[in-house]
Formats: sequence, structure tokens, C-alpha cells
Amino acid sequence: MTVTALVFYLFAAITVASGFMVISARNPVHSVLFLILAFFNAAGLFLLLGAEFLAMILVIVYVGAVAVLFLFVVMMLDVNFVELRQGFLQYLPVGALIGLILLVELLLVFGSWSVLPEAGNLAAARAPDAATLSNTDALGRILYTQYLLPFQAAGAILLVAMIGAIVLTLRSRPGVKRQKISDQVTRTMETAVEVKKVQPGQGI
Amino acid sequence: MDELLREYLPILIFLGVALGLSIVMIVASLITGEQKPDAEKLSAYECGFDAFSDARGRFDVRFYLVSILFIIFDLEVAFLFPWAVSLGDIGTFGFWSMMVFLGVLTVGFAYEWKKGALEWE
Repeated sequence: MTVTALVFYLFAAITVASGFMVISARNPVHSVLFLILAFFNAAGLFLLLGAEFLAMILVIVYVGAVAVLFLFVVMMLDVNFVELRQGFLQYLPVGALIGLILLVELLLVFGSWSVLPEAGNLAAARAPDAATLSNTDALGRILYTQYLLPFQAAGAILLVAMIGAIVLTLRSRPGVKRQKISDQVTRTMETAVEVKKVQPGQGI
Repeated sequence: MDELLREYLPILIFLGVALGLSIVMIVASLITGEQKPDAEKLSAYECGFDAFSDARGRFDVRFYLVSILFIIFDLEVAFLFPWAVSLGDIGTFGFWSMMVFLGVLTVGFAYEWKKGALEWE
């Protein structure tokens, strides 16, 4: 279908272009905004593959939550990014090496598919027919039973992240007055009221 | 597959219209409007001030904590969607598997409530 192909190339081109802008934009806030654009286009690509659930989760979790966190971090780190960029050429060889390793790995994955046609069939056989079963349903049928252990591990990781974030960042400031309702309710008359006898003509 | 994509066609058309309209508005104002900027026109005016300092100041780290906690519960809810859709097929085992998952996260929720991480001083 030509419209699908056209939309795919549109989304893919914008994803790559905004990915490039993420690393080349001068202002780090602009980088994050381009990252959000890349997320949206990746969600569009997921939709073209028929992975509705992943597309929506990408928008909700990555755009709605992770990008906001990135913005906070960019705002919170009082870093002079122009100064940080001075050593760009110095780190270029290391970055290029890592990029090269990733490229070789990707080529190996696709190369093994073309060398061994059965490997490609194996990957395709796992996906159920999209006409009979929605993407969300297909995920739900195996995630909580067949992949129980990774699922529970995800829960444990979320717990660790929660506790870690609290331990690292929660500071109780001294001298902050806050309302403690239990303290207010448990006050007795003895601690709250004091009766003084005042002699006539004298102060307390 | 094609029926699925056809359902999303209105969104694609909407995106196209929104993009086209915004481009037309910006370009039209560039073409038709008269533009003679000078220093006085470009400065802050009326109730505006010149910026006191850089916007990239330090935030309270509490914003970060709230944001992280939001992401964690967002993910928890994301796991609930496929579970709710396929609950009829995965049976009792699937049901209790999610209950254990929720139980683990409720421990964390109780911890953060007790620590006062949800309160703003």
C-alpha cells in the first residue's frame, strides 16, 4: 500500500532528523523537545507495525513522564553546556567506536536473518495474527503467565527505584512548621490550658 | 492490518491539517506584515521586565522526587491495561500474578507514605 509506505518514510525521516537535532541542538531544552518529537514519530512507526499498545505506551510513559523528567534534570543541573561542548573533538573517537560497535551488532542481527531464513520465521511465528487478536490482548495473554518471572522482576525493579529515589532525595528540612492532626487531637486540657490566679492590682 | 490503519487515518489527516495551517499562518504573517524591528520595539514592554537571571537556575530536588514517583506509578498502570483486557483468558494464575506485582508496589507506596515523600513542606 503506497500510503502506508509514504507515511512510514515520513515518520522515519522525521525520527532520524529529530534524533540528529537532539545531539546537535545548542540549547539542551531544545534537545529534549526534539527528543519528544522523535518519541511521537517512533509511536507512529509502532502504529504502522500494528503495535497499538506499544505506540500508546510510548506516548504516555516516554512523552508524558520520561521527557518531563529529562526536562527537570536539564533545568536542575546548572551546567554550562557551551563549556561542556569544548571537549567534543576529544571524545569523538570514543563515541565513534561505540557507534561502530552498535552498527556491527545490528548488522550481525540482520545478517543472521538473511543467512538463516529459519531464524526469521522463528521470530515471525511468535506474533499472533493481528486480525483476530489485538496487540494489547496478545501481550496480556503471555506477559502475566508465560513471562511471570520477568514481570515480577519488573515489579521489584520499580520498588527499588521508588525506595532509591526516596532515600537519595528526601530531605526533611528543620524548622518547617507543619500541621500534625494526631498531635492536635491528642492534646489534653492539662497541656493546653493554664489557669493563673491574678491578684488585683498586679500583673502576671 | 489495513483496517487497523484505516481507523487511524483521521488522526493522520488531522496532523496534516494542523501542520499545514500552522505553516500557512506563520508564512502569511511573514509575507504580508510590515516588519521594521528596532531596539525599542524588541525590548520588554508594558508590564514586562528584563530577565533578572538565567532561567536555568536550581530547582528544589523535591520536583525530581515527585516526577520519579509519577513515572513509577505510571508504569504500574501501564502494566494493568493488557492484564485487564486479557483477564478472561489468563485465568486465576494471571490474576494472582498481577496481585503479587501490585502487592510489591504497595509495599513501596506504604514506605513512601510513611516517609512523608508525598507531603510538600
